[in-house]
Amino acid sequence: MDLLLIASIVSIALAAGTSLVYATIGEILTERAGILNLGVEGIMIMGAVTGFAAAFHTESVFWGVVVAMLVGAMMASIHAFVTITLLADQVVSGLAMTLLGTGMASFLGQRLGVDGAPLVGQIGPRFERVALPVLSDFGAMGDSVFNRDILTYFMYILVPIIWIFIYKLRAGLVLRSVGENPQASDAMGVNVFRVRYVYTIVGGMLVGLGGAHLSLSYTPGWTENITGGRGWIAVALVIFATWDPIRSVAGALLFGGVNAIQFRLQAAGTTIPASLLNMLPYILTIVVLVIVTWFESLSKRVGAPASLGIPYVREERV
Amino acid sequence: MKIVIESRIETPRIIGVLVPVVSVGLALVFGGILMAVVGADPIETYSAMAEGAFGSPEQWKAGQYYSITETLVKAIPLMLTGLAVGVAFRMLFWNIGAEGQLVLGGVSASAIALWLADLVPGVPESAWVYLPVMAIAGIIAGGIWAVVPAILKAYLKVNEIITTLMLNYVAILWYQYLFNVAWKDPDGYGFPGSAKFGECCKIARISGRLHWGLGIAFVSAIAMWIVLDKTKWGYQIRLIGENTSAARYAGINIGKNIVGVMLLSGGLAGLAGMVEVAGISHSLQEGLNVGYGFTAIIISWLARLNPWGIVLVANMFAAILVGGDQIQMTMGLPGSVAHVLQGTMLFCVLGGEFFQRYRLAVKR
Amino acid sequence: MRGITKRFPGVIAADQVNFSVRKGEVHGLLGENGAGKTTLMSILCGLYMPDAGEIFLGSREGTVEKVHIGSPRKAIELGIGMVHQHFRLVQSHTVAENCILGLSDKKMMIDRKEISDRITGIGGRYRIHIEPNSYVWQLSIGEQQRVEILKMLYRNADILILDEPTAVLTPLESQELGRTLRTMAKEGKAVVFISHKLDEVMAFTDRVSVLRNGKNVKTVETKNTDKERLANLMVGRNVVFASERPVFKPRNKLLEVTGVTAQNDKGVTALVDVTFSVKSGEILGVAGVSGNGQQELAEVVTGLRKSTDGTVKVGGVDLTNKTADKFISNGVGHIPGDRIGVGLAGNLPVSDNLIMKAFRSDVVSKGIFLRHDAIRDYSNKLIEDFDVDTPDRNTPVRNLSGGNQQKAILAREIMARAEQGPGDNGLLVAVQPTRGLDVGATEAVRKLLLAQCMQGNAILLISDDLDEILSVSTNIAVMFSGKIMGIVDGDYADISEIGIMMAGGNVNEI
Repeated sequence: MDLLLIASIVSIALAAGTSLVYATIGEILTERAGILNLGVEGIMIMGAVTGFAAAFHTESVFWGVVVAMLVGAMMASIHAFVTITLLADQVVSGLAMTLLGTGMASFLGQRLGVDGAPLVGQIGPRFERVALPVLSDFGAMGDSVFNRDILTYFMYILVPIIWIFIYKLRAGLVLRSVGENPQASDAMGVNVFRVRYVYTIVGGMLVGLGGAHLSLSYTPGWTENITGGRGWIAVALVIFATWDPIRSVAGALLFGGVNAIQFRLQAAGTTIPASLLNMLPYILTIVVLVIVTWFESLSKRVGAPASLGIPYVREERV
Repeated sequence: MKIVIESRIETPRIIGVLVPVVSVGLALVFGGILMAVVGADPIETYSAMAEGAFGSPEQWKAGQYYSITETLVKAIPLMLTGLAVGVAFRMLFWNIGAEGQLVLGGVSASAIALWLADLVPGVPESAWVYLPVMAIAGIIAGGIWAVVPAILKAYLKVNEIITTLMLNYVAILWYQYLFNVAWKDPDGYGFPGSAKFGECCKIARISGRLHWGLGIAFVSAIAMWIVLDKTKWGYQIRLIGENTSAARYAGINIGKNIVGVMLLSGGLAGLAGMVEVAGISHSLQEGLNVGYGFTAIIISWLARLNPWGIVLVANMFAAILVGGDQIQMTMGLPGSVAHVLQGTMLFCVLGGEFFQRYRLAVKR
Repeated sequence: MRGITKRFPGVIAADQVNFSVRKGEVHGLLGENGAGKTTLMSILCGLYMPDAGEIFLGSREGTVEKVHIGSPRKAIELGIGMVHQHFRLVQSHTVAENCILGLSDKKMMIDRKEISDRITGIGGRYRIHIEPNSYVWQLSIGEQQRVEILKMLYRNADILILDEPTAVLTPLESQELGRTLRTMAKEGKAVVFISHKLDEVMAFTDRVSVLRNGKNVKTVETKNTDKERLANLMVGRNVVFASERPVFKPRNKLLEVTGVTAQNDKGVTALVDVTFSVKSGEILGVAGVSGNGQQELAEVVTGLRKSTDGTVKVGGVDLTNKTADKFISNGVGHIPGDRIGVGLAGNLPVSDNLIMKAFRSDVVSKGIFLRHDAIRDYSNKLIEDFDVDTPDRNTPVRNLSGGNQQKAILAREIMARAEQGPGDNGLLVAVQPTRGLDVGATEAVRKLLLAQCMQGNAILLISDDLDEILSVSTNIAVMFSGKIMGIVDGDYADISEIGIMMAGGNVNEI
């Protein structure tokens, strides 16, 4: 395998994978606290449309990112309120969030353009590539990895920070304990509700940011169904990464890599129809999920946070 | 002085009625706000929607029931997919794949319509032959598509939300490939879509575009009600959903039931696909994957997984969707406002369920 | 605590209770299940809010002040710590991580060495020796309990509450615990020891308060009272410490377990070469501390778990590794240890729960259909015959009291078995049948079980309540680490012998 080929695949994988990493890490944080948020697809696409709309009208990607994260936080807080305080079923609430999010995104996408025109096809500001001095000179690979946009660089830093946070800091211990055993955490004086709220909302912010990367860098611009199921792939990636931030990067790159392969095959003039090629990421998700689930059932130790998906009520009569 | 949450022992009947009603109301308010934000008059918009869904008194006087028949046309697939999703949810199996199952049901029914005569020479060109065969094909196709995630969940414990969902995307891509490329009608003037079906493959019309698929939908609802409420199998399904450990303890084979129920669920969704293809489009073309499978999720949850509730809510949602189409045409507003309304309603109902189990009390 | 009152839907858990603990004493809180002990202490440690009443705490300086304990965090700040019956430990974390959870500290990073040293220091002072960096799931139940105590001491708790701590310990470990409690009291802590076991209360405490139906009936000095008087206070009437064993000439073997080996859910061996038999008319009581394989044994014998070796024969029929429905159709009834989690579907009506084992039979069904009228009659009959107190058969079963839920389960198992068992007699596997029930319900359940025996059925009784086993069993098998340590005759059982076996010792070696 020659280096140029690998480098180009890595480059495409990083481009496609950045948004996935953000969404996956956001969901990892939420699930580690014990809350299952299946609304990732809806939040991500809302992040994409509102981020792009904000950037378009203010001509600044900075505001696009800020708005996307705010929108993500708002949507996640609805899910948080409904599931944590009102104790509704987390699966259904997440599905409702996805439906609401995709519906609203489509609606807004039709009306948030110039004077109420659709946003589709509009050209807006985007994150440009910035080559890091010295690092990007390391041959083809150096160029692939270190000649990217700011959001990708930020991801490089964010992932290890999150890892340290979860495993090495006291706050991370609190997060893990709430997810594993909220009763124990409550009895030890931890405010389980507040912890779950915080991480659900922070998770939503990161998911929104992932969506913004799609519309402000990857595509760029706004099209209907810009996420194409990425939000769901992120949910699967959380399982694939066994709730560990470093491994989620591997997973996201894998999927980014599949995109890369699709491109290259099409560029090479393959006879395989585009539709069939496009099925690859989805089929791959299923295969990966089956393998990972099977492995986990063998090891019996590493798995989901024990209280994932179960609402916590304190005034419970034993 | 503070507000404390207390459990209820019994839920007052009134809450069961208030919650859906308030949810609908809140959703309408939220939708109205959204409309105002993009510069449309909410009252005007809602009346346009209502007129689009049901028609106006003038139209009724003139014997024109086009709007209502259109609403019913949309209600048919919604009822069938709602029932499909409802029976799976009863067992706590999250079938998010009804969309894909429906699409493949339509695909396989189309295959029969287009090529049965080639496969089985001499087969009579009668609707009594074709339609049942198409229906069976649709049911089997939907069932198979659903049974794969079911087996993965039952025996390998793989999360079914993701598998059913991923298969949606695969099914839709496959369907798009078929009607755009592989099965494209050579006499179609370059438009995407398969050849039109023969007369024997069409479901008879009642009025306007409304067809006898309506009967199929109602029969399915009755059948579901009987199965769930009156049979041993229905009892087992309900028990698995209420307490899976207890069901296992009672000697019920969970794996077999997951597979069985998903065959049923996928089959119903596949049947919906066949009905759409044989009743409306009469060919395989654009328009099968319009989100029925996802709307079905909201419908069945709002209806509390009850077959009759599903019938009612499906019709209500059909009205919303048709109304949405109407305002898209006449007022240029995005039809996706319908999805926003539906999503909001679901959230309100979810939140409202809280009040069925708990009560707020003021304490000093 | 003064005038504490707490209501839950349908019941008054605490009724104007006055309760106090002194520094340096071990104070027993005695009462039956449901008397209000756990509720009262839950209020003290901030999990529940009282509807009325006040709490006063004495500080180190000697002043007394009124406090409001609004949350567990507040309770911990005030120096109150509780060791619950169901441990509040995060299994997948280490001892050290569990100890520091929830503590606010200026340092953000976790300093493993410092914490480790501190834990070892406390352990030395109170003679609790646990390795701080071991994972909780690796520890035995007794050791996990010690971790719970360590947690409290790490936070400088002055008042320690232990809720039924000996339920999960062998007699020997219970003695250890008693010593630990005395050490803590000597060091100036105030210890509240919640129990319903009279022997231990007499042995470990300085004072005793007896709760009955939510009221504090009396507080006495332990040295001024005895078991009989405490028992009378607990129950409110004269209690006869009688035991009743079934009188029935045993005939054929209804359950034969030979050389059974099985694994638990984690893949660890749970049963090792288990061999025993139960004859018709007998009760075989399985004694032992919870977690030594009893649950897995119950599951193997009812078809809910596969064995990797050995055979299981019911009434002569080889049912080894067959599915649960085969066991059910061969007349095996099962009263599960987890009443709500396994035995009942809480939201479903009583009638639906009552037909859970019988729904396949002609009694309530025909072909693929259920016969609702037959179900109605069946349910009503069971409710009446077994005295299940419920508004009607359509009430969701979670609304019933624990005792009535258990009666419903018994009714279902007994009737279903009677309809389906080959011949007349069958096997009933009862796991913790009287756990959490008050005296009235306990009596009713025991009567029903004995009646079954009198009719010639066999009962496999698994319970961690040694008193219960001793009072009704024909024979007693003691389990430890998945092995049967010995089987003794119920009439001549020697408690110390049983205690040794429960702890893994071999009686013959002594």
